[in-house]
Amino acid sequence: MRKGATWAGLALLLAVLAAAPLYVSPYVLGLLVGIAGYVTLATAWAMFSGPTRYVSLATVAFFGIGAYTVAVLSETLPYPLVLLVAALIGLAVALVVGLSTLRLAGVYFVIFTFGLAELVRQLVTWYEINVTGTLGRYIFLPLGPEHIYWQLLALAAFTLSLSWWVSRSRIGLALKVIGDDEVVAAHSGINLTRTKLMLFAASSVIITLVGAIQAPRWTYVEPAIVFNPTLSFLTLIMALLGGATRLWGPALGAIPLFLLFEWLAANFPNHYSILLGLLFILIVFVLPNGVLAFAEKLWGGNAGKVAAATRGTPPS
Amino acid sequence: MTNFSRRRVLRTLCMTATLLAVGAGGSALAQDRTSVKIGYAVSKTGPNAGGAGITTIPNYVLWVKEVNDAGGLEMPDGKRLPIELVEYDDRSSAEEVVRAVERLATQDKVDFMLPPWGTGFNLAVAPLFDRFGYPQLAVSAVTDKAPEFVKRWPKSFWLLGGGHDYTEALASLLAKARDDGTINDKISMISVADGFGIDLVTAARPSFEKAGFNVVYDVTYPAGTTDFSPMISEASSNGADTFVAFSYPPDTFAMTQQAQVAKFNPKVLYLGVGVGFPAYGAANGENATGVMSLGGIDPNNEANAAYRKRHEEVTGQAPDLWGSVVTYSSLQMLQEAIKRKGLDRDAVSAELSNGTFETALGEVKLEDNQLRKLWLGGQWQNGQFVAVAPADREGAAAPVLPKAPWKAQ
Repeated sequence: MRKGATWAGLALLLAVLAAAPLYVSPYVLGLLVGIAGYVTLATAWAMFSGPTRYVSLATVAFFGIGAYTVAVLSETLPYPLVLLVAALIGLAVALVVGLSTLRLAGVYFVIFTFGLAELVRQLVTWYEINVTGTLGRYIFLPLGPEHIYWQLLALAAFTLSLSWWVSRSRIGLALKVIGDDEVVAAHSGINLTRTKLMLFAASSVIITLVGAIQAPRWTYVEPAIVFNPTLSFLTLIMALLGGATRLWGPALGAIPLFLLFEWLAANFPNHYSILLGLLFILIVFVLPNGVLAFAEKLWGGNAGKVAAATRGTPPS
Repeated sequence: MTNFSRRRVLRTLCMTATLLAVGAGGSALAQDRTSVKIGYAVSKTGPNAGGAGITTIPNYVLWVKEVNDAGGLEMPDGKRLPIELVEYDDRSSAEEVVRAVERLATQDKVDFMLPPWGTGFNLAVAPLFDRFGYPQLAVSAVTDKAPEFVKRWPKSFWLLGGGHDYTEALASLLAKARDDGTINDKISMISVADGFGIDLVTAARPSFEKAGFNVVYDVTYPAGTTDFSPMISEASSNGADTFVAFSYPPDTFAMTQQAQVAKFNPKVLYLGVGVGFPAYGAANGENATGVMSLGGIDPNNEANAAYRKRHEEVTGQAPDLWGSVVTYSSLQMLQEAIKRKGLDRDAVSAELSNGTFETALGEVKLEDNQLRKLWLGGQWQNGQFVAVAPADREGAAAPVLPKAPWKAQ
């Protein structure tokens, strides 16, 4: 019964959100586009990086690949096909990158993923200069903010569902074991590389799609615009604030942080970067395990039981 | 209990954020208005801050101060309304500039918006200016596609020309020097692998070819390059009399120094953005003489000289010698159009398209929403960066070629 009520509640929430463009102002719609984008990014990031503890800074590499694919193909292919091609390119890159790097551990992985974004950006720049002879590309698609919002909302819902399913499946359990101890995981018969690769690919494809969907909002795309490393850091800090190992953690980190950034940008445009830096320090010191874990600690026993239930054993 | 108060702090913070973000910004539609709301989002931080801090922001500051010191913007009925300014930092992020402009139009409900800095950002906000019905006086956007954009967004104005304009002007200037026997027909050309450099070099290749020049060296270098000695040494041994670099400011300054060290003395030295900065003349002194670039000013234009003096007084820095005066003139045009037509944005846009304006650039009349009477090439002469192209325009100085060899400092 309770399960049914939860599902009904979620469906209702989705419906209310989907109808938002009908009753909110254009400004709020702009905010919702941003929120839906970051909720999806943070959830997709945490799907892989949360349980495995592989901190990835490659978010913007995939985001940029998605945006660039739309810029290149928007005039020649119908829009749904463009999205499909973007997803396939994201998948291909994720597989190549994953196969070659997921054996790296710890700080080496972080450095590699950070470098990946720059590598992709330089490759795109090199190609544009030497092959096409232009650097900026134009996207003239008849998509308003409400269309972008609906697509992002659907993708966010899909990402959360996928994340929920993963956390209850065998692969989710395998990932947690890998995150705790790779040697133990290998000895329990878990195929380390395949498991990590599958999740990394799924997470990367979703991030690629977010980039592809958001690109028409900018009209003009060049490498410096779409491969902006700030995006990787924002995604990471949002997921960490909420709690990267929980289903709703990244979303609960992304929404307040996004609104806070917006508020800071609107009211303290000249001190934004300083306040942002202070905030990051504060999050790491005060809430190292995220808001959700912090709340659970406060509510003690009750929350502990819930947490145990959600962690649960997978159906055999 | 400390935990609770922390939590409360965080919660309060988030709620305040939501409330302020969603609910703030009053309506400015009152009949008896006491001010005119003008807003802009521009890159105050991030990679674009350098360019915006030279060409765009100081001119916005200067203009708003001058208007408000004079009692405000004059309306058609002679009444003056002070400017109420709303400014945001887009942090050099395309998503942020889009959202800031949405905020200005729908939340702050400003009467007019000033454009951001950079080609990419002006294009990113163009659909929004169009959708919300604001005229967009894009200055720091060099694009050959302006006619196409004007069709797409009828209230957009493009005031700094396209890459093609600049390279055609350079090619015709060089062709004349070649026909006079001053230089040979070989050109060495390098360009930065970024928006500006690529646009210009792509336009330059056909321009030079059409003018009968032979580009014997043509390479691009990544943005951020600091050592140009391999390129300079290549260019000094290939027999070309002309060296052209479509470069960014740090590159331009570095190349000037390294060319002196290498005793590289081409007869024509044409460098990119940065030559038109007052700091370039100050840093290179006597050795700046003869160096050419985009832009330039007519030193005998009194309106421009007066503008330069005020700019230095108010902002503490001299304006650059290419885009700054155009930015300021675009604001004068907006001011005059408001004086003639009031705060009706459609009428002001139509006036900007069709009217004739007295500005720091002299008399300005746009053609198809574009400023076509521009200084396309300049050269440092006697401590000033004077306009030399187009040569047939009134006020153009004659280029001094060949450039004198570097003096030891």
